[in-house]
Amino acid sequence: MFAYSIRSIAQGLLVLVAVAFIAFSMFRFVGDPVANMLGQEATLQDRQELSERLGLNDPWPVQFAQFIGNAATGEFGVSYRQARKVSDLIKERLPATVELAVLSALVATFFGVLLGVYVAINRTGFLSNAIMSISLIGVSLPTFLIGIGLIYIFAVELRWLPSFGRGETVKIGWWSTGLLTESGRKSLIMPVLTLAFFQLTLIMRLVRSEMLEVMRADFIRFARARGLGERVIELRHALRNTLVPVVTIAGLQLGSVIAFAIVTETVFQWPGLGALFVNAVQFADVPVMAAYLMFVAAVFVITNLIVDLLYFLLDPRLRTGGRTAKGH
Amino acid sequence: MTEKPVLEVKGLTLDFATRRGTLRALDGVSFTIGRGEVLGVVGESGAGKSLTGTAIIGLVERPGRITGGEIRLNGQRIDNLPPKEMRAIRGRKIGMIFQDPLTSLNPVFRIGDQLTETLQAHLPLSKAEARQRAIELLIEVGIPAPEKRIDGYPHEFSGGMRQRVVIALALAAGPDLIVADEPTTALDVSVQAQIITLLKRLCRTRGTSVMLITHDMGVIAETADRVAVMYAGRIAEIGPVADVIRHPRHPYARGLMGAIPALDTRVKRLTQISGSMPRLDSIPKGCAFQPRCTMAIPRCSLERPELVQAGASRAACWLANAETEVPA
Repeated sequence: MFAYSIRSIAQGLLVLVAVAFIAFSMFRFVGDPVANMLGQEATLQDRQELSERLGLNDPWPVQFAQFIGNAATGEFGVSYRQARKVSDLIKERLPATVELAVLSALVATFFGVLLGVYVAINRTGFLSNAIMSISLIGVSLPTFLIGIGLIYIFAVELRWLPSFGRGETVKIGWWSTGLLTESGRKSLIMPVLTLAFFQLTLIMRLVRSEMLEVMRADFIRFARARGLGERVIELRHALRNTLVPVVTIAGLQLGSVIAFAIVTETVFQWPGLGALFVNAVQFADVPVMAAYLMFVAAVFVITNLIVDLLYFLLDPRLRTGGRTAKGH
Repeated sequence: MTEKPVLEVKGLTLDFATRRGTLRALDGVSFTIGRGEVLGVVGESGAGKSLTGTAIIGLVERPGRITGGEIRLNGQRIDNLPPKEMRAIRGRKIGMIFQDPLTSLNPVFRIGDQLTETLQAHLPLSKAEARQRAIELLIEVGIPAPEKRIDGYPHEFSGGMRQRVVIALALAAGPDLIVADEPTTALDVSVQAQIITLLKRLCRTRGTSVMLITHDMGVIAETADRVAVMYAGRIAEIGPVADVIRHPRHPYARGLMGAIPALDTRVKRLTQISGSMPRLDSIPKGCAFQPRCTMAIPRCSLERPELVQAGASRAACWLANAETEVPA
């Protein structure tokens, strides 16, 4: 298991370096940073001086090494547009996105598994058919439409929930949380539901099909032949086997939930990283874009690692290591 | 067999409702198994051997349905019991062993957990008592170092060892009858004999009856007291093992026995039954074996023969009592 973990980590680092290279190339191809920083009236000498000072005259492998070194310490330079350190900007926006994404993932996983098991067990019931039909909407409707629909119903018509922003937040160290105030919690509801809906339906359908598959397995038949109750068979024997593939997908989806909260954040004007990125793209703010790219890559690599480790918890076949089947 | 039989199957008929009409998979199957008796059931794939076993333990899956006849266990009718009562009988009164030990055990639970849950489902045992009982069972089926192995997962056991665990599970609650559906087919030849010997010994010491479904005539000759030969959903011949093997009355049984290589006599060629068993949707009107039978008379294609006494056995053939020579 140890060797396996080391290998996973090494692979993750390799991915990060590859992404760093792409992020680094953006600086060279998307606009000229010197022109961006000095404006149009700068003299040729000013430009050369700044190029020298920024290290832009060094050969590119040296620059890349510097970029990686800086990135490893969370340093991505200064935003062209906001003239603030990118690391500060990210630190400021991170809590909003993390709270939104983690809550969405929890909601999606919890209700996804719950409903998936329900529709798998009651395959032909009216409620199951209704849930399955509604889940089709979740899979096929674009996220922003669901968000706008929710805003129309709960903010415009019913006036129960705020339509944008995080509400009041409380600072705990550098972390700002909306969970401790009522307006903060209220503000979270709609964005969380919007972001969770697609994942929820996906996980639900996955759990359902996996569960139906597992219920056909020999060991389920044997469990029945042993006289175990149907509920024990479904919730203990079948569900545990269902969870292995579900964790993979749910884990990988958590990565994309955090990474691509962009649409939801835009619809609800949520002050998170996604909104920061969208603004950066509009103004070709390369340092911010590069930092966001690295952030997304890091999130994916880390969730992948966690998923790999979760396998060991769920599937004893991977756990054995030294112990192998004794011959007959 | 003066005392009441453990299992009594009378006129068991099982249909599959399909889109193209009803297929009769079992047609008036009748037999009994006495206390402590081993009944071997042989026949080609699709003859209805396994289906008979599944019907007895009440696990026939849709679209299959028992449409006629009755099954009695210790005199009590069990084919029409409500699911809850049938579940109490499964494992407690009738145990079942499936073909493939590799897939019969749930891969994500320790074998100890699977044993104790079976024990606790049927017997009023505490957790510690159940564990103690589980260890005793593992000793009985010949698992070395059971105190340690009880906490192992199925994948840590070899095929033969897993089948031993499966036998322990089937015998856990002390059933009166074991339905063993090809218990050795999936195993190494070298292990097969061990498993059969074990099963035979355990059932003998406990007085458990066995319905042993197999392709292997050698296993039948070695293990069974009586044997039933099935063909196209019916019993072709049933009787004491020695009689059926030495003096088969039904031409199909004769063909099967002719296909067994003998050690003591030199045979140039093993006999072979030409043709194949009819599909369920095209079973001929008279005797189902008639199209393949070398001895068929006109009556065979018109009237269906019922089981009649012929020597010590009973056979479903119009010529069962006609004097015919037995091929060497």
